[in-house]
Amino acid sequence: MTQISTKDVQHLAQLSSLQMDENETESLRTELESIVGYIEQLSELDTTGVEPTYQVTDLQNVWRDDAVDNYGISNQKLLALAPATEAQQIKVPKVL
Amino acid sequence: MTVIADYIGRTARENVVNALLKARENEEFNAILSYSEERALERADKVDSGEITGRLAGVPFIAKDNFLTLGVTTSAASNFLKDFKAPLQATAIEKLEAEGAICIGKANLDAFAHGGSTENSAFGPTKNAFNQEHVAGGSSGGSAVVVALGIVPFALGSDTGGSIRQPASFNNVVGIKPTYGTVSRYGVVAMASSTDTIGVLASSIEDAELVMDIMSGQDTKDMTTLPDFFAPAQLEGPKKIGVIKEFMDEGVDSEVKAATEQYIEALKQKGHVVEEVSMSLLKYALAIYYIVVPAEISSNLGRYDGVRYGARAEAGTLGELYGLSRDQGFMQENKRRIMIGSYVLSSGFFDAYYLQAQKARTLLVDEFNTLFKTYDALIGPVAPTPAFKLGENTSDPVKMYLADIMTVPASLAGLPAISVPAGKSQNGLPIGVQLIGARKSDALLMALAKEVE
Repeated sequence: MTQISTKDVQHLAQLSSLQMDENETESLRTELESIVGYIEQLSELDTTGVEPTYQVTDLQNVWRDDAVDNYGISNQKLLALAPATEAQQIKVPKVL
Repeated sequence: MTVIADYIGRTARENVVNALLKARENEEFNAILSYSEERALERADKVDSGEITGRLAGVPFIAKDNFLTLGVTTSAASNFLKDFKAPLQATAIEKLEAEGAICIGKANLDAFAHGGSTENSAFGPTKNAFNQEHVAGGSSGGSAVVVALGIVPFALGSDTGGSIRQPASFNNVVGIKPTYGTVSRYGVVAMASSTDTIGVLASSIEDAELVMDIMSGQDTKDMTTLPDFFAPAQLEGPKKIGVIKEFMDEGVDSEVKAATEQYIEALKQKGHVVEEVSMSLLKYALAIYYIVVPAEISSNLGRYDGVRYGARAEAGTLGELYGLSRDQGFMQENKRRIMIGSYVLSSGFFDAYYLQAQKARTLLVDEFNTLFKTYDALIGPVAPTPAFKLGENTSDPVKMYLADIMTVPASLAGLPAISVPAGKSQNGLPIGVQLIGARKSDALLMALAKEVE
């Protein structure tokens, strides 16, 4: 069975933009190990030459006009949702 | 049978006031997260004055709290969105409102619809309508309970892997998960885009059918919606129905099995031909689901970053802001699924997990399609057991996932599947039966279920 190390969990947390403490990292490590242990059974299935299914609509290339549509919502309404704004822009702390 | 017809005969204000009263009398179930009382009463007056008319004029309903609605918060039962007030409404809500229906509040769910018990809500679990020590099921647990308690005649839910069907079965109500693409998902919090569907929980098939008739249809705001196809239908002659053998094996509660057999007997008495069928790929369906769905979740939940909307954590840098906002805004189960998604999509594992799962999904879809050449519908239980006890499965995620084993196959193949009440256990807990059909056979499934309702 696949072993998942603390380092693996820290790496996944980084990929997922999740900051977590040591306790949470350890509980997630054991939970992920048991979930991966379950989903691993798929490896026994022979899928040679089988095409993957990414969607089940049978629809292809649903086009729309190349025109701007704001769906009836103003910029102001959307900006009002942001936790912090300044001069009609969303404000965030420094990047580095 | 219809409950909605009783509502049409009364004034809208009376309906709304009564529903709100009944909701408040039943707050111990924790099924409702918020009320849209002001907007509901305003709309009721417009119905009573004749300004708003339609097939659901003055009929109150409750939406799962992952539908964007005006006049009330849309929290997805998460800390992330607990104060979020949507600037727009879901297409499904708009269509119901256009027919005069009145949303009186929002129902509890597992946060971001991740779960099968409504225990993952940031605002506490919903309790089963028949026994408060048991779970409501999930993730549309609140929606099932408000219908079961008679607060509203119908409630909206979303079903990604069983989230309408399983709570419907746990609470003795009808639950409809339509063919993928039947109802627009515009304005509904996305979970796993290749299996997310919108449907209804109702007191009767007839009522559910009316709501589906109104909600369904192509929407330019959701490019995955199918060209209009749904229309209520009558059964023409006897049908051929396959009993899924793997769903009736050991591992299934004996009372659930007995209730399903009794339902099958009733179908036979109506003249339908029922035979046993076997599906060799069903045993892999849950593994496929718990690869594909977390992968899509990890991508869809990338948008919750604390920048544009939702809760933002205090942080010195942008990187910390993302990490801390997500840590504080998500529940443990949300994080688990995001992490699994990141795992199966990460380089080195992608082929072995994600691609293998999507190929296995093709085999599963093919197996269903082959059966639908011979059978009009498939039947089996909705869940292996009646509602389990609160807390019983919370410490073991895999055990919790196994409760979805009978509902995820139809989701992966985009098939319509409905859950209908089929009796109760000796302890008084409801049991549901599931009918699964070929794509776009939604109306046929409802017509079949109506015959034996």
